[in-house]
Amino acid sequence: MSERKPGATRRAVVIGGFFAATIVTDPAQATPEQMRAAIRNVVGSASIRKGRVQLDVPPLVENGNTVSLVVAVDSAMTATDYVKTIHVFNERNPQPYVIAVHLGPRAGTARIATRIRLADSQTLTAIAEMSDGTFWSTSADVVVTLAACVEGI
Amino acid sequence: MARPLINVPVKVKRGETFEIKTLISHVMEPGYRFTTTGARLPRDIVTSFCCSYNGVEIFRADLSPAIAANPFITFFTVATESGTLEFKWTGDNGFSETAAATITVE
Amino acid sequence: MMALELLAAAGPARSADIPLDQRRSGYADLARDSKAMQDDDTVNPATLWVLDGEALWNQKASAADRSCADCHGDATVSMKGVAARYPAFSPAHNSPIDLEQRINLCRTEHQQAAPLPFESHDLLALTAYVGRQSRGIAIAESKDERLKPFIERGRELFSRRQGQINLSCAQCHDDNWGRRIAGALLPQGHPNGYPIYRLEWQGLGSLQRRLRNCLFGLRAELYALGSNELVSLELFLIQRARGMTIETPAVRP
Repeated sequence: MSERKPGATRRAVVIGGFFAATIVTDPAQATPEQMRAAIRNVVGSASIRKGRVQLDVPPLVENGNTVSLVVAVDSAMTATDYVKTIHVFNERNPQPYVIAVHLGPRAGTARIATRIRLADSQTLTAIAEMSDGTFWSTSADVVVTLAACVEGI
Repeated sequence: MARPLINVPVKVKRGETFEIKTLISHVMEPGYRFTTTGARLPRDIVTSFCCSYNGVEIFRADLSPAIAANPFITFFTVATESGTLEFKWTGDNGFSETAAATITVE
Repeated sequence: MMALELLAAAGPARSADIPLDQRRSGYADLARDSKAMQDDDTVNPATLWVLDGEALWNQKASAADRSCADCHGDATVSMKGVAARYPAFSPAHNSPIDLEQRINLCRTEHQQAAPLPFESHDLLALTAYVGRQSRGIAIAESKDERLKPFIERGRELFSRRQGQINLSCAQCHDDNWGRRIAGALLPQGHPNGYPIYRLEWQGLGSLQRRLRNCLFGLRAELYALGSNELVSLELFLIQRARGMTIETPAVRP
C-alpha cells in the first residue's frame, strides 16, 4: 500500500466528452495535524498554557463566508507586561492560519475583532504570546451551516 | 473603489484607551476557488495591515485567505497625544492602500 | 427529503398576503453578529458601496456634464422615500421599472451617459445610496391603477410551481416560512433591505440577483436581469411587504 500524507490528497480527474477539461481538487481541507504543525512553527518547543485568552465566535454560523471573531487577552498591557502577538489557527480550512496581530504596551487593551471564513464546522484556536515569553491559548468550536439557495452562476 | 472606512473617536482624554475600527473593500480571493470550466482563481488577498500613531507603529496584522472579503479589523490604542493615525494595507499583485484620521487628545 | 415531499403534496398556494401583524423582516432571523453588522454603518460592508454611490451622485457624467446632484440636489432630501415606492410606473415603457432601471433612464435621457450594466459596481453603489435615503420609511400601498395588472402578474409568478424541483415561491415563503429547508431557515422573503450585503455573495447585490438565485435553487430557467418577469416580481414583492420599513442596505446570509 503506497504511503499517503495524512489529510493532503491531490486528485486530477479528467472528464472527456464535451469538456475535456481537467478538474483538480485541492487539499480542500487541512487537518488537525496541520494545525498543530502550524502552531509548533510559531510557538517552538515552549509549552502552551490554557487560559487568559477569550475567543468570541458564534457557536452556530449562518454562513461560513463571514464569521465574526473577537479575541481578547487578560493583560494589564503595561510596559513590562503585555501581549506581543495573538495568533489564530483553524483546523479545516485549506490552510491553518487565520490571522496574527502584533500588539505592544501602547495597545492599552489586548482585544481585536475581525471577520473570517470557515470552510466547515471545526475548532478554532487562539494563542497569545506574552512579553515574558509565555504562551497562552483557548479554543472554540463552531458549527457552520450553508445557505439553501446558492448561486450557481 | 471606496476609500477605506475608518472609525475613531474625534476627541479622547489623555491616557484613555480607545477603539479603532477599519473596513476596506477587497475581494480577498482565497486561491482555492475554481471557475465552472475548472480554471483556478488565483489568490488575491490583503496580506498585511498596519497602523501608526504620529509615525510610531502601534498595530500590525498578518492576514491569510481565511480573512473574509472586505476585511474588517478593530483594535485598541492608548491616547498619548493629538495627531494623526495612519493606516496601510498591502497585498498580492502590488496592492497598496492608505488612509489617515486625526485625533484630538485633551 | 420529507420536507420536500410535504411541499410537493401541498395544494395550490393561497393568494392572501401574510397579515401585516405577522410580517417579519429577514432581519429578525439574523444571528447576533449579523444584526450588529447591519445596525452599525461603520462596520456594515455595504457602507463601502453607499459611499461610492454618494461620490457617483456628485460626479458629472460624460456628454451632458451633469451629475445626479445637478438635478436632484441633496439626495438626503430629494431621494427620501423614493425606494419605498419603487418599482414605479414608467410612461416611457408603459410598464413598471425598478430603481436600477430608473437610474439608467436618468443617465440616458438626462445625462447623455451610457446605462450602467446590471449588477455593476457603480449601479449597485448608486442604488444603495438612493435606497439608503429611505431607511426607516414604511413601504406604502400602491394606489397607481396602472400598476395593478403588473402586481397581478407578479403574484401569478410567485404562486406558480416552476423548475425541476416544481415548487412555487409561495409554497416556501407564504406557507412554510419559519420552518427549515436543507437546514436553512425559510424567511418570508421580503425585499425591504435591498440592495443587500449577502454573506453568501461576500458582496452587495440586487433583489433581481437574489431572485435568480432562488430560481437556480428550483432548477428553473432564470429570467434575465431587467426582464419584465423580474420587475413584476419585484413589484409584487414590495407590495406584499407594504407597511414594513426599508432597511437598505441590509445584511443577509
